[in-house]
Amino acid sequence: MEMAWVWTGMVTLSLIFGLLSGNLDAVASAALEGARSAVELSLSMAGVLCLWSGVMEIMNACGLSEGLAGLFRPILRRLLPNASKDPETLAAVSANVSANLLGLGNAATPLGIRAARRMAKGCSGVASDELCRLVVLNTASIQLIPATIASVRAAAGCKAPFDILPAVWMASALSVTVGLLAAWLLSRGRRRL
Amino acid sequence: MNLSSLVIPVLLSAVAVYGLGKRVDVYAALTHGAEEGLTVLLRIVPALVGLLTAVSMFRASGAMEWLSGLFAPALDLLGIPPETAPLLLVRPVSGNGALAVASDLMASHGPDSYIGRVAAVMLGSTETTFYTIAVYFGSAGITKTRHTVPAALAADLTGFAAAALAVRLFFGS
Repeated sequence: MEMAWVWTGMVTLSLIFGLLSGNLDAVASAALEGARSAVELSLSMAGVLCLWSGVMEIMNACGLSEGLAGLFRPILRRLLPNASKDPETLAAVSANVSANLLGLGNAATPLGIRAARRMAKGCSGVASDELCRLVVLNTASIQLIPATIASVRAAAGCKAPFDILPAVWMASALSVTVGLLAAWLLSRGRRRL
Repeated sequence: MNLSSLVIPVLLSAVAVYGLGKRVDVYAALTHGAEEGLTVLLRIVPALVGLLTAVSMFRASGAMEWLSGLFAPALDLLGIPPETAPLLLVRPVSGNGALAVASDLMASHGPDSYIGRVAAVMLGSTETTFYTIAVYFGSAGITKTRHTVPAALAADLTGFAAAALAVRLFFGS
């Protein structure tokens, strides 16, 4: 339901600002442009999505994902206790977390989606506490080596583009912790109401 | 050669070699998984059309700049440099947009300036929140997202404030 409020608010504010600033022509064409770019973006990620779904399938078939799952089980068992009971969901989440740590955002999304789809089965459109937690984990960044940012810094003339690493790790750790803590507090608060 | 270009080819070949060693038909598994990827894609498109239409209108109307100005004093209180306000607003909705805003900040303030470093750390410690939420819940068929949005935004805000704090801590301001 939050997305409904966000969407309505953004579109209505755009209309008001467009009217006030005389930018309405630009707003109108931006609406169509945005819709078009959404399909373009989807198509451009289609190949990557299919590729990593395929790689995950291979990893499942040859037992690699079980090994990976074993590595992350101690943490994930606490974070997602119900989902971890299903071996295939645990495998997908483990692969998602590994891809995130490696900074392979394009690979992490299809793997995370795979887990989310399994976790959403039989919940009739309502996100469970654990699914919320998985999504919050993925909206926070946990990558160890931010390669893209380093390349942007290098392009801007920076001599040591990786000198920000400790700062990135500290900020990431704080942000993930607060996100998971907020999810936990909010799920408790709402249940009591 | 870039070291990070090593990761993907090595990963692909390692998985294939290992699978073949276990006598798994890796090619059949790959195409079967890819087929599943396509069905997921069909469910992502509607969510992205909704999100990107609104974001694109919002930026074109000038509402984004107005919001940046509005937030600047509040950001100051949190120790976040007000110059980074546009980055904060773009980051949750557009990865490429955020990269563009951050490169702009680095170019105008210098990559090793306080603002330049904060912008880089902000990029590295946050994600494209609304895009992620739209894609995950869209593909899983979830309509009631419950507390996900507030929790994710709390994480983002913490990431931004922590980025400014961490840069001050490690580099001075």
